[in-house]
Amino acid sequence: MSQPLLKVQDLTKHFPVGPRTIFGKPEQFLRAVDGVSFQIEKGGSLGLVGESGCGKSTCARTIVGLHPATSGSVRYEGVELTSLSRREWLPYRRKIQMIFQDPYASLDPRQTVAQILNEPLKLFGLGRPRERRLRVLALLEAVGLNPRHVQRYPHEFSGGQRQRIGIARALAGEPDLIVCDEPVSALDVSIQAQIVNLLSELRERFDLAYLFIAHDLAVVRHLCERIAVMYLGRLVEEAPRDELFKNPAHPYTKALLSAVPYPDPEVERTRERIVLGGDVPSPLTPPSGCPFHPRCHQVGDVSGDRCSREVPALVHEGQRSRACHLD
Amino acid sequence: MMPLLSVKDLAVRFETHDGVVRAVDGVSFEMEEGETLGLVGESGSGKSVTNLALLGLIPSPPGVMSGVVHFDGQEITKLSEPDLRKIRGNRIAMIFQDPMTSLNPLLTIGRQLTEVLELHKGMKYAQALRQSAAALGEVGLAEPEKRLAQYPHELSGGMRQRVMIAMGLLCEPRLLLADEPTTALDVTIQAQILELMAEVQKQHGTAIILVTHDLGVVAGSADRVAVMYAGRIVEEGPTQDIFNSPVHPYTKGLLSSVPRLDSDTSCELSSIPGSPPDLAEMPPGCAFAPRCPEVQPECLLTQPDLLSSGSPQSRNACPIASPRASREASS
Repeated sequence: MSQPLLKVQDLTKHFPVGPRTIFGKPEQFLRAVDGVSFQIEKGGSLGLVGESGCGKSTCARTIVGLHPATSGSVRYEGVELTSLSRREWLPYRRKIQMIFQDPYASLDPRQTVAQILNEPLKLFGLGRPRERRLRVLALLEAVGLNPRHVQRYPHEFSGGQRQRIGIARALAGEPDLIVCDEPVSALDVSIQAQIVNLLSELRERFDLAYLFIAHDLAVVRHLCERIAVMYLGRLVEEAPRDELFKNPAHPYTKALLSAVPYPDPEVERTRERIVLGGDVPSPLTPPSGCPFHPRCHQVGDVSGDRCSREVPALVHEGQRSRACHLD
Repeated sequence: MMPLLSVKDLAVRFETHDGVVRAVDGVSFEMEEGETLGLVGESGSGKSVTNLALLGLIPSPPGVMSGVVHFDGQEITKLSEPDLRKIRGNRIAMIFQDPMTSLNPLLTIGRQLTEVLELHKGMKYAQALRQSAAALGEVGLAEPEKRLAQYPHELSGGMRQRVMIAMGLLCEPRLLLADEPTTALDVTIQAQILELMAEVQKQHGTAIILVTHDLGVVAGSADRVAVMYAGRIVEEGPTQDIFNSPVHPYTKGLLSSVPRLDSDTSCELSSIPGSPPDLAEMPPGCAFAPRCPEVQPECLLTQPDLLSSGSPQSRNACPIASPRASREASS
């Protein structure tokens, strides 16, 4: 069996918060990511979904090394990334790229498009200046921008076009894996569809693997073969796309799917909706046992108080896995 | 019978350094008691400005507003600022998108709620406090008395939005303007809030204008839908008709570009090419013409009017897609 492109195992990221004790140790930890494991094959795509504050973005940033991991391992083609120094990271930066949510904040307003796209090429030592110039134009063409606009600044572009620049920058080093952190949620629907199509076209053309972070399940469904659902720092379910949507196994996945509004009045009128009570608990003081149990509508189906005492493990069964005490 | 709200030729333009921006450009619609109108469109289409203009909340300068708005038999566009203030928060209330920035961070929830009742209903503080607690209980907040003493930052996003709704409903308004009330919230919390709004509407018979970019939210909550593009309504009709048989090419494009949980994933999403026009440099003809797949030469010359098409409740602003409506109008 060949090894996966990316293998994440028991990844945790805890942030120290609040005042420190007199010994300089922090009093409290925010458990943003609390033991997450998954893997992505070469050319594969995994969607990581969940509500705000569930730790999906922190998870992405820890994988690409923007946050040091508290514990756990991230292996890229078998190489452990969490213990690498800055210098050792450099060749992997080229192979693992990231696209950010906010196309307004993630481009330097004082650089032209040419400079923005030239920077990674220069940094990774790809080609001589003349070759790099041609490569910048080819990148713009690949993401559907007019190569004549290469001397423009980011503010001269619309939100959708800026996101295309961000994608071109990620493609510059010919990566194998792109971590996309909510790349379309800041865009209007008609533009969002353009970017979703572009991402899926690029994936085929350059044989890319995606780790796709989003809260919009319908978008993830269009781009990813496998989907993992996160709640309060943990994975609660992971499954191939069609199985997850047809047959969600975790009560939280069920509630999440039933809460997504359909753009169809007939479906909306007739469907049954699971409306969860309460809010997502704070990751500073996660509930005991299963993190979802205070809001779970099926907590009564498990005998005794197992849900509030015991953290359910992520159990694999065939193609899918789930962390729940339900039978 | 007179409609509850009638808006005629509402226009708002902003005179900026870059030229005149026509944010709202001749919007007309009517609303009956107790109905929900979904006002949809992308960012910059003028849906929020339309809402603000209804309450006379357009800052001037740089904003210039024109048109006629009748509410409950009264022409509110003619009212003075003090008279308008008596209507705002009282007979017409508003819920904003971001409950964090629309609640005052320096005042307790109780202070902000009682203020409404003291101002509009002339209540004494103690009575207003009792009524506020009852209102918080009604929107499903646990321990309402405790919440009254808390500040906005102590509540979660969903709780703050419930406070906003409670505040909006304190004086039992006839009309509620909800501007993207669930956009800042997660889907599971969104489901809670939408259910709450529907319940409140059933109990009090409030009419709601629901401004949103989320077609899914509209499909579940609105009786009627008006689609806006570049400051104008391009199509309007009963929710069923808009979703099942859209006429205007923009509505069609918008509906088919929304990814759905039940759509075919093997083919690409259909998208609308290009991006919306700059409101300061509008094309002379139909604003959608540069992106329209069904564009004809005449579309680029004259701006089409919003005319009734097919059924009496439906209107649309595309003479190409609805040749019958344009003939009726010219004869």
